[in-house]
Amino acid sequence: MTGTHDVLFRTLADPTRRALFERLCREGEQTVGALTARSGVSQPAVSKHLGLLREAGLVRDRHEGRQTHYSAQLGALAPLMDWTSQMAGFWQNRFDRLEDLLKRMDQ
Amino acid sequence: MNKQATEARAVVVEREFAFPPEKLWRALTQPHLIEEWLMKNDFKPEVGHSFNLRGEWGGVLDCKVLTVEPHKTLTYSWDFAHDDAAYNLKSVVTFTLTPTGAGTHLRVEQSGFGPQQRQAFGGARAGWEKFLGNLDQVLDKTD
Repeated sequence: MTGTHDVLFRTLADPTRRALFERLCREGEQTVGALTARSGVSQPAVSKHLGLLREAGLVRDRHEGRQTHYSAQLGALAPLMDWTSQMAGFWQNRFDRLEDLLKRMDQ
Repeated sequence: MNKQATEARAVVVEREFAFPPEKLWRALTQPHLIEEWLMKNDFKPEVGHSFNLRGEWGGVLDCKVLTVEPHKTLTYSWDFAHDDAAYNLKSVVTFTLTPTGAGTHLRVEQSGFGPQQRQAFGGARAGWEKFLGNLDQVLDKTD
C-alpha cells in the first residue's frame, strides 16, 4: 500500500470522521457549529476530526469572521477511485469537446 | 509485473456524431485538431510512432501507435508513469469508427492495469466498495 493510500484510509477508517466527510460531500460547505449539532460528539472532538481530514487533504477550511467553514475536497479521493470511473468521465468530457470541434471544422 | 497484484479493467464510452467518418478521422489523427479536443501532442498516424500527450494539469502520457486503419480503427498505448503507484496507469486506447445513416458511431475503449487500490482492502473490502460506490455517484452528479 502506498503512502497516499495509508493516509486516506487511516483518516477515513474512523466512523465519526467518515460521517463528517460524507455529510460535507452530500450537503456542501458547513460551519463547525452546524456539523457539531448533528454529530453526537463535542465541538472540540469535531474540530479535531476536521483537522485530521484537512491534513489528509480531504477538506478545506475557510475563515469568515469568527466562523470556520469546511468543505469536502473530492479530488483528494482520486487515488482511491477505480480508474475506469475516472476515465469514463474523462472520455465523456472529451467527446463533448470533440463534438464542438467537429462543428467548427470545415468539411 | 506481479500478476497477483494486478487486475485488468476496461472502460467503454460510445457516442454518435452527425459527421462522416472521414471528418472524425481527421480530428483523431491531426495534431492541431487532437490538441483542440484531447491534449497537446506530437502524434503521427504511423504504426510504431511514439508520442506524448500533455495534459493541462502538467501530466505527460507516454503513448505509441499500435494500429492505423484509416477511417475505421486507431489504437495507441496510453501509459502514465508516476512516482506514486496510486497514479500509475498502463493501458491501450482503441477508437472504432462505424458509419451510420446519419453520421458516425464512435467507440473508445480503454483497457489495462490501473492503480491497485482494491487489493489492499482485505476484510474491509465490502465496506469500502460500498463507500467508494457512493462517492462515484456523488462525483457523477457534480460532473
